Amino acid sequence: MSEISAESAKKFNMDTVENAAATPEVELPWAELGLKQNEYDDVVKVLGRRPTAAELAMYSVMWSEHCSYKSSKNHLRQFGDKVTDEMKKDMLVGIGENAGVTNLGDGWAVTFKIESHNSPTMVEPYQGAATGIGGIVRDIISMGARPVAVMDPLRFGAIDHPDTARIMHGAVAGIGGYGNSLGLPNIGGEMVFDSVYQGNPLVNALAVGVMRHEDIRLANASGKGNKVVLFGARTGGDGIGGASILSSESFDDSKPSKRPAVQVGDPFAEKVLIECCLELFKGSLVEGIQDLGAAGISCATSELASNGDGGMEVELTSVLLRDPTLTPGEILMSESQERMMAVVTPENVAAFEAVMEKWAVEYSWLGEVTGTGRLIIKWDGEVIVDVDPRTVAHDGPVYDRPYARPEWQDALQADTFNGSAADADRPATADELKAAVLELVASPNMCSKDWITNQYDRYVGGNTAQAFPDDAGVIRVDEKTGLGFAVATDANGRYTFLDPYHGAQLALAEAYRNVTTSGAIPMAVSDCLNFGSPEDPDVMWQLAEAIRGLSDACMVLGIPVTGGNVSLYNQTGTTPIHPTPVVAVLGKFDDVARRTPSGWAEDGQAIYLLGTTEDDLDGSEWANLRGHLGGLPPKVDLERERELGEILINASRDGMIDSAHDLSEGGLAAALVESALRFNTGARVALDEVAARDGVDAFTMLFSETQGRAIVSVPRSEEVRFNDMCTARRFPVSRIGVVDAAGAALDIQGLFTAPLDELREAHEGTLPKYFG
Amino acid sequence: MTETPLIGGATLAPVDSRLSGARIGVVTFPGTLDDRDAIRAVRLSGATAVELWHADTELAAVDAVIIPGGFSYGDYLRAGAISRFAPLMGKIVDAANSDAKLPVLGICNGFQILTEAHLLPGSMIKNDHLKFLCRDQVLRVENNTTAWTNAYAPGQDITVPLKNQDGQYIADEKTLDALEAENRVVFRYQGFNPNGSRRDIAGISNAAGNVVGLMPHPEHAVEAGYGPGHTGTDGLGFFTSVLNTLLGDK
Repeated sequence: MSEISAESAKKFNMDTVENAAATPEVELPWAELGLKQNEYDDVVKVLGRRPTAAELAMYSVMWSEHCSYKSSKNHLRQFGDKVTDEMKKDMLVGIGENAGVTNLGDGWAVTFKIESHNSPTMVEPYQGAATGIGGIVRDIISMGARPVAVMDPLRFGAIDHPDTARIMHGAVAGIGGYGNSLGLPNIGGEMVFDSVYQGNPLVNALAVGVMRHEDIRLANASGKGNKVVLFGARTGGDGIGGASILSSESFDDSKPSKRPAVQVGDPFAEKVLIECCLELFKGSLVEGIQDLGAAGISCATSELASNGDGGMEVELTSVLLRDPTLTPGEILMSESQERMMAVVTPENVAAFEAVMEKWAVEYSWLGEVTGTGRLIIKWDGEVIVDVDPRTVAHDGPVYDRPYARPEWQDALQADTFNGSAADADRPATADELKAAVLELVASPNMCSKDWITNQYDRYVGGNTAQAFPDDAGVIRVDEKTGLGFAVATDANGRYTFLDPYHGAQLALAEAYRNVTTSGAIPMAVSDCLNFGSPEDPDVMWQLAEAIRGLSDACMVLGIPVTGGNVSLYNQTGTTPIHPTPVVAVLGKFDDVARRTPSGWAEDGQAIYLLGTTEDDLDGSEWANLRGHLGGLPPKVDLERERELGEILINASRDGMIDSAHDLSEGGLAAALVESALRFNTGARVALDEVAARDGVDAFTMLFSETQGRAIVSVPRSEEVRFNDMCTARRFPVSRIGVVDAAGAALDIQGLFTAPLDELREAHEGTLPKYFG
Repeated sequence: MTETPLIGGATLAPVDSRLSGARIGVVTFPGTLDDRDAIRAVRLSGATAVELWHADTELAAVDAVIIPGGFSYGDYLRAGAISRFAPLMGKIVDAANSDAKLPVLGICNGFQILTEAHLLPGSMIKNDHLKFLCRDQVLRVENNTTAWTNAYAPGQDITVPLKNQDGQYIADEKTLDALEAENRVVFRYQGFNPNGSRRDIAGISNAAGNVVGLMPHPEHAVEAGYGPGHTGTDGLGFFTSVLNTLLGDK
C-alpha cells in the first residue's frame, strides 16, 4: 500500500526514538507548535527524554486547548457531578465519547452533539462552515448511528459591515453545500448579528443520529492481534495544526496567513463514507471506530489505544497520501476530512474489504492492537513514536486559570434600560407602537431567516415533521409508531454578558421551552461554550459562572448534559466576544403526529397567553435596537419553566391546542407576528385586561422578554378543558384573542391594525436587502 | 444492492391487491440522497419497491424505474455526467426505448441523469440566482397523458417541494419549440420561476410519454405532515399514475 519509497523517506530528517534518546541537546520548535515552556517540560518528564519530532507533533495538538480542554476541564466536571440517578436513567452513553446517546424507547437510541467551527469560518467561510458539518456528522457516525438531521446556530458581525456579507455568503453556502449533499435535513438554528462577533464569527454545528441500541459503537481498540485500518479520503496537507494553531490562539495580523490550516471538505466522499460505515455496522465488521477530526491520526490512534485494553502499533508509511512530500509529523497532524479509523478482527478483514470495494472507498491497513500498553508508530520500520497513549489523549495539562468577577460588572448591571437616555422616546401612542412592532420584526435579529434556510434542504429523508421557523426541529424516527424527537438550540450573548450564571440558564430555559412548545418531552442537553481567552480572568469568570449556572439548571430541570464542546480564544485583540453558551435540548415524542406547529391556522380558535409579564427590557432586542446594553437579564424561574413545559406537553398529547409559540427575544410582539405569518392567518388580540392584571403598559406587554411564557391557540371545544388544566396547576393564563383568517391582519384592539402583507414585507425584506 | 438501512420502515397494506405485484425499481448511485423517499412513495402508492444498485447489470424484472434525486458522484464534472455511464443505465435506456416502453421517472438529479443519457433533450445549468433553493413550488400539469401524470387533471396545479442548485432548464429554441409542439412540456413553474428555466419548464417527457423528468420532488409530497405546508400530498399522483399505466387502466 505504501506510496512512499524508503529512499524518499530518507530525505526527511528522520528523528527516531533512538535518535531522540541519543541527542538530548537538540532544540525542538515546541513554541511554534503552540506548547508553553511548562508543557514542553512535562512532555520531557513523561517520556524521560526529549520527544521525537513526530511525538512533539502529537503532544502539541493533543494538548492544545481545543483537544485537551485544559482551561475548562476543572469546571466542566460539574456536568458529570451534578447528575442524579433519575437524570441518568435514559442516558446510554455520557460525556467523553464522540457523542452522548439517549434512550428513545422501543429499542431506539438517539445521539446528538454540537460543536464549534468558529476560527476556520473566519479564515475561509465556505470551507470552514462546510467542514464544521462534516466533522460533527462523523462524530455521530462514530457512535454507530445514521445521521438524520443537522442544525446551525450562527453569530456574525453587524449586518451592514462589509465583511459580514463575506462571512454570510460563504458560511451559508458552505453549510448548504455540504449538508445538502449528505442528504441531511437542516431543521433549524439561529442567526444573530452583533458587532461583538465582527472579527470572530460563531459557526456552531449540531448533528443528530439514530440507531438501535445494539448498534452503539465506542471508540476503543481492544483485542490483541486485531487490525487497525484507516479508510476514506487520502491524507493531505490541509488543516495541519488546525486545532492547535487556529482554535487555541487569537487572530493577530502580524503573523502570516493561516489559510493553509483550514481543511477542505468533500461532501460526496463523506456521503459515501456514511453509507459505507452503516454497512460495516450492520455486518458487525468493526470492533471500535473513531472519526478523524481535530489532530487527525494523532488523536485517533492515541484515543483508540488509550480507551482500549492494550496498545497499538502502526506503520505510518502505509497511510495513503494525497501529497507524497508530507513528513511523518505532518501526517500525524493533518486534519484532512472524510477519514475514519477502525479496529477489525482478522476474520472480518475480507468482509471489511468487500464493503470498501462496493462503495469504492480507499483504505489501508496500518497495524494492529498489541498487548504492550504502548502506542508505537513506525516510519519505514523505524520507531518514531513510543508513548503511553493515555499521556497523549487524556493526561494533558489541566489549568486552574485565575478568575474574578470583572470590575466593570457592577456598573454594567446598574445601567438599566428603563430610565436611560436610550429609553427617552419610548413608544406610547398607537402609531408609535405599530411603527415599533414593524421596526422590531424587520430588525436583523428578529427578521425572517428564510434567505438562509431556503438554501438548506429540509425535506430529504421524508421524516421532517417540523423545521425552521417552528420553535424546534422535529424528526420521525420510526414510521410504524411515529416515535421521534425534537431539538432546539438557543443562546443569548447579551443576557450572558450581563450575568453569565443566569444567562447560561436562560439559554437552557429557552431551548427547553422550545422543545416543550413543540410538544416533546426534554431528555438531554448538549452545549457549545463559545468564550474569549481563558487567560483573561474576566473571561474565565464568565466561563466558570456559565458552566456553574448551566449545570445547576440541568439539575432543576432534570436533564443531563451528554456532550458538547468548548471554544475559547474567541476574541479580536484583547476584546472578547460576548460569552455565548449555545445550548441544545433534545426531547422525545411517542408519536410526532401530535407535534404542535408554531403558527395559527384555524379560524375562530382562541389565543391564550401563558405566564405573566414584567418589566424585563434589559438586554432585550428592543434595548439592543436602541443601542443599550446594561442592567440585569430577565429573571430565571426554572420551576415555572418546568410547569409551563408540562402544560404544553399535556396539551399536545391530549389535543387541547393546535398551535404554540414560545415568547423569548422580541417578546409578545415577535411571537404574535411570527404566529400570524407562519400560515398567513391573522388574529384579533386585546391586551388591556392582561396588561392590567400584570400592572404593565402596552409597550412593556409587547416588548418585554419575561421568561416562562408562551402563546397557544385552542379550539373552541377544548377551551374549558384547557382552562381547567391551567387552573388546576395554578399557572397564570389569559385569553388574549381570536384567530381571524378573514381579517388578514394582526389587529391589536384599541391600538393598531397591521395587515399581514405589511408585516411580511417588513419581516422578510431585511436579509435580501443586505445579501441579495 | 444490499438493503438500505431505513429509519424505521413501515410496511403498509396495499391499497389494491393487484398493485402489490407491481415492481417499481429505485436506483441508488453513490451520492444518491432521495432513494429512501422514493421507496416510501412507491410503498404508499401500494406497489412493491425494488432497490436497484447502479452497478447491477440486470433490471430485476421491474415494471418501472425511478431515478431519484441527490448528488450522484458529488455532481462532479457536471450533474449526472458520470452516472449515465453506470452499467444499469445502459439497461434502462434500452428498456425505455424498447417496444415495451419501460416507464422511467427522473427526479432532480435523476432528470439530470436522463438528459445526460439522452433519454430526454436539453440540460440543467446553475440556478440564475446562483444559490441552492428549497421551497414549496406550484407546478401546472401541462400534459396528463404520460405514464407518470395520468392521475392528474389537465391543467391541474400541484404543490411539491423544489430543492436544487442546478435547476435551470435550457435547450436551444428549436428543441423548445418542438417540445411545445409535441406536448412534451409536462410541467411548468406556476407563479414564480425559481431558477430561470426556459419557458418556465419544470419537467418534460420523451415522445412516447413513458420517460418523464422534472426538477421538483413529488416524493416529498406523499404523506400528510411531512410535505409542503404540513398537509400536502400532491406528489402521490405520480406514483399512482404509473400503476394506472401498468394495470392498463389508462
